[in-house]
Amino acid sequence: MSKVIAMPPVASASQPAARPPVRVEHPGMEALRMFLRNPAAIAGMAMLLIVLAVAIAGPWVYPADPFEIKAAPLTPPFSEDAWLGSDYLGRDVLTALIYGGRATLLVGAVAALLSVLIGITLGAFAGYYGGKIDAALMKLTEFFQVLPALLFAMVVVTLFSPTLVTVTLAIGIVSWTGTARLTRAEFMKYRGLEFVRAERAIGAGDARIIWKVILPNALPPLVVSATLAIGAAILFEAGLSFLGLGDPNQMSWGLMIGSSRQYVLSCWWAVAFPGAAIFITVLAVSLIGDGLNDALNPKLRER
Amino acid sequence: MGMLPLLRHAASRLLQALGLVLAVVVLNFVLVHAAPGDPVETIAGASGGMSPELMAQLRTQYGLDKSLPVQLAVYLGKVAQGDLGYSYFFNLPVTQMIGERLPATLLLVLSSVLLAFFAGTALGVLSSRKPNGWLSQFITVLSLVGFAAPVFWLGIMLVILLASVFPILPVAGMRSIDSTGAGGFADMLDVAQHLVLPTLTLSLVYLAQYSRLARSSMLDVLGSDFIRTARAKGLADRVVLYKHALRNALLPVVTVLGLQFGNVLAGAILVETVFNWPGLGRLAFESVLRRDYPTILGVLLFSSIVVVVMNQLTDLCYRFIDPRIKAS
Repeated sequence: MSKVIAMPPVASASQPAARPPVRVEHPGMEALRMFLRNPAAIAGMAMLLIVLAVAIAGPWVYPADPFEIKAAPLTPPFSEDAWLGSDYLGRDVLTALIYGGRATLLVGAVAALLSVLIGITLGAFAGYYGGKIDAALMKLTEFFQVLPALLFAMVVVTLFSPTLVTVTLAIGIVSWTGTARLTRAEFMKYRGLEFVRAERAIGAGDARIIWKVILPNALPPLVVSATLAIGAAILFEAGLSFLGLGDPNQMSWGLMIGSSRQYVLSCWWAVAFPGAAIFITVLAVSLIGDGLNDALNPKLRER
Repeated sequence: MGMLPLLRHAASRLLQALGLVLAVVVLNFVLVHAAPGDPVETIAGASGGMSPELMAQLRTQYGLDKSLPVQLAVYLGKVAQGDLGYSYFFNLPVTQMIGERLPATLLLVLSSVLLAFFAGTALGVLSSRKPNGWLSQFITVLSLVGFAAPVFWLGIMLVILLASVFPILPVAGMRSIDSTGAGGFADMLDVAQHLVLPTLTLSLVYLAQYSRLARSSMLDVLGSDFIRTARAKGLADRVVLYKHALRNALLPVVTVLGLQFGNVLAGAILVETVFNWPGLGRLAFESVLRRDYPTILGVLLFSSIVVVVMNQLTDLCYRFIDPRIKAS
């Protein structure tokens, strides 16, 4: 023992000059920095902000009724009465475009939120508890994967009345399976790890471990999947409205395309512009999703 | 692998598949009964009013006066015998209507899936030889467009383009108006011409996905040890690429292809509506507009069965391509 104490002190002079303390960047900050350096993601962000600004502020800056007849039917775009033309009834395409964004974006966002909530909850329980609970929840997931989503949503919306609420519910209910599978895989990966076991050893309950311990760690891939879910939900809403199953009293981009479908050869603009709006919005969301993926899951970055 | 485990595996898969189909049937039943109003009220509404006596008579005829479990048992029995009820609108058996529409949808879906699979794989494999070449960039753009553009909108844009700008292809229906319909080379050519645009539209989304998937999967496989070994022992580049790498790289593409069959069917609903293609999807759309519940529920059940069958076939294909997977 005394030998240890008697050890000669380390000559501090022979050491290189004291290093500056290593600054460990918070992973969230690093992800943010990487995201901001990604031009495609920034472009997506800008596109989405413009679309959101128009959809939110547009009707407030420019009060009008999107169903009102404002010009001669089939007025071509770039004319004085209607900048983007009018449809077969004479409704202004630009007005409908501004107002239609609200319903489309709202349904898309809420339906995506719903599907992510269902998916994360069921996936977390399945992955965390395993065994019979897992088997039962996976059977349920498989069942919903077998149902052709669009057809099932069509049935639900037809049987109950087509309102924004039923459409949102229908989309949310049919599109959670991917998130559930992803969450389950993440939870299975983490549940046996040491930091989770340590948490249990100090007496944390299941709820705390699921929501406060594992979920934050499993979040990065789920954030990406949730972003892509918004894009998918917007497309889904557009498809339903195109088939005439949206809320008929709410102007939406899909409804615009669906109602002008028979007249496309005499007014391409009434279909081209709302479709382009959907395309730009979903493109923006998926560029953001790709950017988040690169920033949050750096291991997968190569492609 | 012995024969017995394979058989046992097949039997258990079959049981699971039957269970799923049964669940869809029960769900159908629950949905119809959870919806406001009963079928007789719908028929009465569709036919423009009905006396209460006739409605009561219809309720007895359809068994709606019995208890729910009895009705469910009757319904299950009928479905098991292949009886999906009668269309409210046409008063024809739903199975007959599905049978009439099925060939058109099969033609559209199969040609789209095959086009997407072969063209997508080819694009993916070619681009994997130069991971940063122009073909790879093209696939990146294609996959973004394929994901973000609504398939029905792409279809309509094609219709506008080809009907008014380059009128070289028919844009609606499955046959020309003057077509006599029945067989023969001229008829096949006519149908093939009508098939081009719907197939292009429906396959674009999947072409985008498969090319991206095939590319990344090829890149994965090409970086693995056994490929390096194959190269090291002096095999020709072509043999390494197409015999060793492609076979392994196809696994994820085949899986996605099989599991996505339901999505392709859904896409077919939109594409058939755009191009007036007389298939199942259009039948579903028309029945929704007419509130023709038995027909739309029949199409839903039928499509679910198709998806279940496709999943089982994917599982089989998987085993065929990848002998490492054993029945477990």
